[in-house]
Formats: sequence, C-alpha cells, structure tokens
Amino acid sequence: MKKLKLIIAREFIAKVKNKTFLIMTFLSPLLMIGMGALVVFLMNKNTETIREIAYVDASGLFSKTDFVDSESVKYIDFTAEGMEATKEKVAAGTYYGVVYIPKKNNLEAVAASVEFYSKDAPGMTVIETVERSINRRLRNLKMTALGIDLNKIKASKISSNIKMFNFSGEESSKLINGIKVGVGTLAGYLLMMFVIIYGTSVMRSVIEEKTSRIIEVIVSSVKPFQLMMGKIIGNAAAGLLQFFIWGVLLFVITSVASAAFGVQVFGSSTPEQAAAISEVTGGGKLEMLLQEVLRLPLLKMAVLFVFYFLGGFMLYSSLYAAIGAAVDNETDTQQFMFPIIAPLMLAVYVGAFTVIKDPHGPISVMFSHIPFTSSIVMLMRVPFGVSWGEIAISMTLLVVTFIAIVWLAAKIYRVGILMYGKKPTYKDLWKWLRYNG
Amino acid sequence: MESVLEIKNVVKKYGDFTALNNVSLQIPKGSVFGLLGPNGAGKTSLIRIINQITMPDSGTILLDGKPLAPNDVEHIGYLPEERGLYKSMKVGEQALYLAQLKGLTKAEAKKRLKYWFDKFDIAGWWDKKIEELSKGMAQKVQFIVTVLHQPKLLIFDEPFSGFDPINAKLIAKEILQLRDEGATIIFSTHRMESVEEMCDYIALIHESNKIVDGKLDDIKRAYRTNTFQIGVQTTDPAALQAALEEKYTVAPANFKLLSEGLQLNVTLTEGNTSNNLLALLTRMGEVHHFVELVPSTNDIFIEAVQKHSKKA
Repeated sequence: MKKLKLIIAREFIAKVKNKTFLIMTFLSPLLMIGMGALVVFLMNKNTETIREIAYVDASGLFSKTDFVDSESVKYIDFTAEGMEATKEKVAAGTYYGVVYIPKKNNLEAVAASVEFYSKDAPGMTVIETVERSINRRLRNLKMTALGIDLNKIKASKISSNIKMFNFSGEESSKLINGIKVGVGTLAGYLLMMFVIIYGTSVMRSVIEEKTSRIIEVIVSSVKPFQLMMGKIIGNAAAGLLQFFIWGVLLFVITSVASAAFGVQVFGSSTPEQAAAISEVTGGGKLEMLLQEVLRLPLLKMAVLFVFYFLGGFMLYSSLYAAIGAAVDNETDTQQFMFPIIAPLMLAVYVGAFTVIKDPHGPISVMFSHIPFTSSIVMLMRVPFGVSWGEIAISMTLLVVTFIAIVWLAAKIYRVGILMYGKKPTYKDLWKWLRYNG
Repeated sequence: MESVLEIKNVVKKYGDFTALNNVSLQIPKGSVFGLLGPNGAGKTSLIRIINQITMPDSGTILLDGKPLAPNDVEHIGYLPEERGLYKSMKVGEQALYLAQLKGLTKAEAKKRLKYWFDKFDIAGWWDKKIEELSKGMAQKVQFIVTVLHQPKLLIFDEPFSGFDPINAKLIAKEILQLRDEGATIIFSTHRMESVEEMCDYIALIHESNKIVDGKLDDIKRAYRTNTFQIGVQTTDPAALQAALEEKYTVAPANFKLLSEGLQLNVTLTEGNTSNNLLALLTRMGEVHHFVELVPSTNDIFIEAVQKHSKKA
C-alpha cells in the first residue's frame, strides 16, 4: 500500500508538473470561450447582411404592406419600372434579386408561376422569406374568395402552453429540457475527451518506461499490477484536479462577469435606462435560465460525474496501459486504438441521437447499462432524472467490468512490459493472457 | 557452506519455449557468483524469477532458507542489463523515489544518497535531469540506486557493459567492498572473461540447462589439461624437441617472448610431473618461459557444452 501511494504520488506530480497540463488547464477554457465567441460573432456577421430584393407585381394583387421587411431581406417596389429594367439593375449588382409576380386568371396559377431572378443562387432563408410573404397574401385572398372572414380567423387564434410536471411534483419547462440536453451532452462529451486524452497519457507513460528501460528496475521493487494501478490512479487524480480547477475558474469568471454586469445595470443613472439595458441584454431571460439550471439535480450530477469519470476512465485507461505495455513505440499502437475509440464514439452518438429524443427509451436505457458506454450515456441521461435504483445497477456493472478488465489488462501488461522488438499481434496478446506469473 | 540463495528445480516455459529446464543452484553467502552463458541461454529468465518479476512454473527459491516472499525485494539489489532511469526526472528526486520503493524511509534514503554522491564526487548532479547526463554518468547513478538499500543479495546483469575502463574499475572495487562487508554478488554475463577474475563460484547455463557449477578453482582443476607453455633458448632446438616428443605430447606454440628460442605447448603424460619436464628443459637449455595453460572459462564452457550434448 505504501508503495502504491509512492507510485500514485510520482505519477500525479509528473503529470501535473508537465507543461502540457498547465497549458491545458489554464488555456483551454480561454480557448473554448474564445471559440464560442468567435462562432457567435461569425453567425451574427453572416446574418447581418441585408439583402435588397426588388419586386415587380404584374398581377396587381399585392401592395406594399404584403412585403414586410425582415431581418435579412428588404423589399423595394419596382412594379413601375417593369421587369426588363429591373433585371438590368439586378445584373448590374444594385439589388440582390427580383421577384416577378405575373398576371393570371386565378390565384392558383399566380402561386404556381412566381419567378425569382438573381445573379448568384439565393440561400434557402432568402427564398423561404420571400415565399412566406407571397403565401400569406395569396392565402388571405383565397380565404376572402371562399367567403371566410379574416377578422374571425385572427380572433380565433389561440395558443396553448403545456406545463410539465413529474410525479415528485417538480414543474419543468421546455426551456429546461434544452438545458438538460446541453448539460448532459457537455458532460458526456467532456468525459469522452478526458478518457481519450488521459488514457493516451497513461499509454505514453507506459511506453516511456519501456523505452527508457526503467521498467525492469521498477518491477524488481513493486508488482507490475501496483505500477499499473498507481499510474491509472495518479492520472485520474490529475484529471479530477483539472476538472476542479475548471470548476473554480468557471465560478470565478461568472462571479466576476455578473458583478461587472450588475454594476452596469444598477449603476446607470435612471431606472428607465437600466430597464432598457436589461431589455437589450435579455437580463430577465438570463435570470430565468439561471433559476432553471439551479433546479437541476446539480449535486447528484456532480457526484455521478465524478463516479462515472473515475469508472469510465479507469476501465479504459487499463486498456490503454495494456496497449502501451504491448508495444515499443507509439506508432505501433494504431492497430489497437480503434477497438477503444469505437465504443466511446458509439456512446456519444447514441447519447446525441437517442437520449435527446427519448431519455428513458429502451436504447438509451440499454446503453446506459453497458459498462463501455454507460459512463457517457448515463451522464447524458442523469439531468432528465434517473432513479437511484437504475443508477445502482449501472454502477455495479461498471465496477464489476472494471475489475475484470483490469485483471485482464494486468496480465497483458505484466508480460508486455518486458517484451521488446516484435510488434505484437492480437494473437500474441491472447497468448500472453494465458502465461503463468 | 551456507547458501544465501537456493534455487531448486526451477522450470520456466513461455508457451512452447522452455527458458529454464529444471535448474538448481546454490549461491554461497558472501561470494561472488558468476552466472555465465551465451545470450538467450536463460540467465535473464532466472534473474527475473529471483527478483520476483516473473514466477517459475515449478520449483522453489529459498532466500536464507525461506521461500521468497514479496517483501524480499527489499533484500535484493538488481542492475538490469538494459539500464534505464526516468529521463525527465531529476537525479536526486529519482534516486529518492527508487530508494523508497525498496523500503527505505525518505530521511534514511537522503542520508545514504549524500554518502554515495560524495563518494563518487557527483553531489552537483542532484538537480540535473537524467537526459542532461552522459551514459556513463547515468550508469553511476544507477549503480548507487542499486546498492543504496544495502541488500544482502546483489545481482548485476552484464555488470561492466557501458562503463569506460576507469569507471568499470571503480565499480568493480565498490562491488568487492560490498562483498567484503557481507553482501553476496551475482554476476550474469555472456562475456565470461570480463568477470572471471572476480568470481569465486560459477554456473554455466546453456540452452536452458545448467551444465556446470561449483567453485571456480575446482572447476578449473577438473578441466585442466596439464599443458605447459614453454620458451627455451638452446643451441640445438631439434634435439630438444626430439627429447620432449619422446616423453610428452608436444604441439607448436606461438606467443610473445623477448628472447629468441623454441616455443612449444607440452602436455604432461602419465607418470610425469611438471618438475620432470622442467628438469629436462633446464638440462638442455635456458628456460625463459614456463606457464601452465589454465583453461579459461570460455574453454571450459565449450568443452562442457560438448560433453553435455554428447550425454544428451
């Protein structure tokens, strides 16, 4: 036990003192925030351009009020200029495109023969916007023709808003469903990234011990199993530390940001101004979002995240350790990588497609019990509320599998660390599994 | 003769390959024991079993009369053939870590490391990384790490490979001193001539079998051929050669000698002693060179292998 502690401490310190760890810990949140900001910025930039579209209404059915400007489209009436002149203007690049509404005998014929000319092929959103405007007018005309009172239609509009409850009486909303999906997906995705990054790091560390040949010195002092476990636990601890630092950073950043935000709001001279600002920034929405997040089973999620992180990581990293032991250098690991990455990817995809649709459907439930995918899929399901009984089964399966896999991995590890030269095959690994001591 | 280590009928197989075939050995306390044999003979397999890195398929190993237990690693020091340390770790940190894995407390390890670092005049290396050291320097660190916990059994696999002659001599001196202080030393090597002078006992391993073992002097006596290399200055070499051939088996020899003269390898025959031979030589000329050709371990090994394969 004393030796295991020594090994864990060495592995932990070696990992944490590494420059990559420091960079990953402090730079990647900034990088992530930066990336997010960039995406938002680019999306805004993309939609900011307003397309000016001319229309020539030969049918005489439309008026200025039927073409309502939207965020991305601005309409200009060119009926007076006629089609040929307008087309030239569009070709010269003054306007983005021109809509031509021909004169026909009936509304159906008009609807079927509207034309749009532009220099470049227009984007879907532009066409849909134009179609919506035309449809609205034609439908209204049709309804009037059929003797339907438009005012009655307007008056009949009603919309329902279903309030959702579960049996423990908590009220939920559509908004929170989105948040649950977001939080679950984030947790599952983070876990996959961590398993891959930290698992590879375990593997590298095993290969390093092999190539530097210190391995034989170490295993003449400790059992190979102790060394392997020490390595896995040391790396897991470093991973948890990284999460912890991120958590603290997140807390600090949000507190600082909200403090700055608060000053901005309440420091303004007049209440009207403050209200205006909060309107613009969607302060009320933000508050609601925060309240919804706080209503999630946060403690349960945190505890389960730590458990499934440790379980999933230890399960996979023992496989990574076995692979590292089997090879002499990193290039030889590729043939063994796919079987490890595949279930992780599967878990993320299953999570992304089925959990979001139906968090308690048969596929989601099944994959949240299979130990190789459970840590990711279960984490995605947890925000939607999973009973402790179900979690207990999933956890037990994970622990049992972990023990079995570690036992197998240790057998490969024990033989592999002292084997040099030959690039091993799956057949070799199978042979090693059956060696005694 | 008390044995520190007793190896009884050890068998080790890797799949279909037999690495050790029923090997038994006794390593006397306070001796230098040479475990000799070509590459692939099974030496490293045996050493790994002694170090409990692998387990034998059958057979037992007794350390001080008791079967090997996990904690016995603290009584064994092992310098593997392929030397290695963590490249990016500092010398001092690394030595402390490895010493603690061998059961020393941190304080004790620090004290002893200071002693050895001063002794080897390398105290300035403490905060250097291994990758900053030369191969020879790293070997010194590795030697210290091997002996630091004062094990009663020290195993050196290819002990002098990688050391320059000066450091090899320094290490050899330290090893002999450790022996004098009561440690038992096992040298494992395929370069038999490199350790011959230092060994009290040897065992020859060939193709997974032990073919010879025992006290080196006894083995040499058993394999002696009673052949003498002679150099005699004489006025009539032909007469001397004829006189020798009458009583002894004579073969031509060629070696460096400052004076001119007849050079021969003479093997004693039944009923003749070396004194008889010497008397004959002094009668007929001036003896400049008279040396018994003691078989080297290499010679013994080759002969033993031949004998062994005939038996098989």
